Amino acid sequence: MKRYLRLLALFWSTSVAQEMEYRLNFLLALLSSLGSAAGGLFGLSLFYRAGHALSGWTYPEAVAVLGVFTLLQAFSRALLFPNLNRIVDHVQYGTLDFILLKPVDSQFWISLRILSPWALPDALMGSLLLMWATWQLKRSFLSLMGALPAILAGILILYGLWFFLASLTIWFVKIYNVTYVLQSFLEAGRFPIGAYPALFRWFFTFVLPVAFLTTVPARQVVGRTAGHVGSLVMAWGLGLLLFAGSRMFWRFALRFYTSASS
Amino acid sequence: MKRWIRTLRTFLGVYYAYMLEYRSEIYLWALAGVFPFILMGVWIRAAESGHFGWEPVRFARYFFAVYLTRQLTVVWVIYEFEETVLKGTLSFYLLQPVPVVLRFLSSHLSERLARLPFMLALTLFFFLLYPRAFWIPDPRHILSFLILVTLAFGLRFLIQYTLSMLAFWTERAASVDEFFFLAYLFLSGMIAPLDVFPEGLRRFLMWTPFPYMLYTPARALMGGTVPWNQVLPVIALWGLFFWGLYRILWTRGLRHYSGMGA
Repeated sequence: MKRYLRLLALFWSTSVAQEMEYRLNFLLALLSSLGSAAGGLFGLSLFYRAGHALSGWTYPEAVAVLGVFTLLQAFSRALLFPNLNRIVDHVQYGTLDFILLKPVDSQFWISLRILSPWALPDALMGSLLLMWATWQLKRSFLSLMGALPAILAGILILYGLWFFLASLTIWFVKIYNVTYVLQSFLEAGRFPIGAYPALFRWFFTFVLPVAFLTTVPARQVVGRTAGHVGSLVMAWGLGLLLFAGSRMFWRFALRFYTSASS
Repeated sequence: MKRWIRTLRTFLGVYYAYMLEYRSEIYLWALAGVFPFILMGVWIRAAESGHFGWEPVRFARYFFAVYLTRQLTVVWVIYEFEETVLKGTLSFYLLQPVPVVLRFLSSHLSERLARLPFMLALTLFFFLLYPRAFWIPDPRHILSFLILVTLAFGLRFLIQYTLSMLAFWTERAASVDEFFFLAYLFLSGMIAPLDVFPEGLRRFLMWTPFPYMLYTPARALMGGTVPWNQVLPVIALWGLFFWGLYRILWTRGLRHYSGMGA
């Protein structure tokens, strides 16, 4: 355990140091994060200026959902994108061999090798949106912290889904872009789940659990806690299930890895 | 003239064969364009409140038309161009007695053809799921839609190709396009029809190129009247502006181009 923590510190410090060479990227990431937050707020305001409340939530409450969404986006930009989207390259060029030969858990290596610092603006923006929402709703800072378990469950779910799709490339190299499909469906997390028609709600709860990613944590933030414990338990159950599933699936998938070009 | 037609036909044929090879990848990209359908859900639900002056079915048709328009006008030339410049393969293209842009244009046009079966399948699926939204547009509306979609594709291709010229000077030309894409995402009518935008903003946007890339073609397919005497001059002006810019950047860029790596 201690060895893995030390490895993680090494992984992340080297990858951040490497990215620091391109400091202009920070400005670009900051501007893009500002732009998408402004666009997201504008999109929400189109409903509220006409007097329509999304699933009965007030504007600051809907902003809290957007905040959680932005935080999860930061997480995928920091870890999921730079690591999992590279599995296909390792398969295509046969460099997965080198990872499998290392005396480290290969899933650990492949999931956490790189930390992209350019996700920082998104993380800041997500926190800002959440803080603005809690301040508007006159909620305490503690309620924000109370959402952490739900957000962590969301991170587990997101990782499990992404990892499953990304490791499919061990069989099918050509579908390297399948994670972009997942990402575009996850855009549904910009709005509280109650804002969708029944069919959409069903799909985004049971087929693709977007509801657990953003709406459940946001409910804790804004204090709509009726029935919250149940959904939190479900979110954690689902997260742990997906995580355990990803471990099993990785081991299963590796059996089919034939090591290209070596 | 005859020679040009033959060249174009050959290019289209070659690139179509090439695209067929990557069909699974293209279908996934087409599936990744579900964003309009997600917003369709939220807007259908919102329209039931009667705040917006549009029936739910009308929103469904609008976002369906947006999906079609978006699929027919997808442009990614900046990524291709950036690669040819950075890897130096542009040198080979320059040696051939064919305009370089023809290559990119053919790959974009033939990709549309490879995408068509998927679009048809999705159209069928959508109307099976939501038969109330089904409608058969008037042939005149289909004609205006086709004209406007062609113009939209032309404008979007021209703007992105102009931005690609930055690749001669910087390695991060594609990130400039990401900003353009953010504006496109929120201002072109992708997140909501311009009819629900604030009046002043809408009037301002009609002077920018954005609405003409999605909103105007989509409305035309729904049977809305097209203000041709505003649409055509604005598109022409922006087209001229970007074409001039492109010529300047192209000639300057070529002088700057060192054919690195080739």
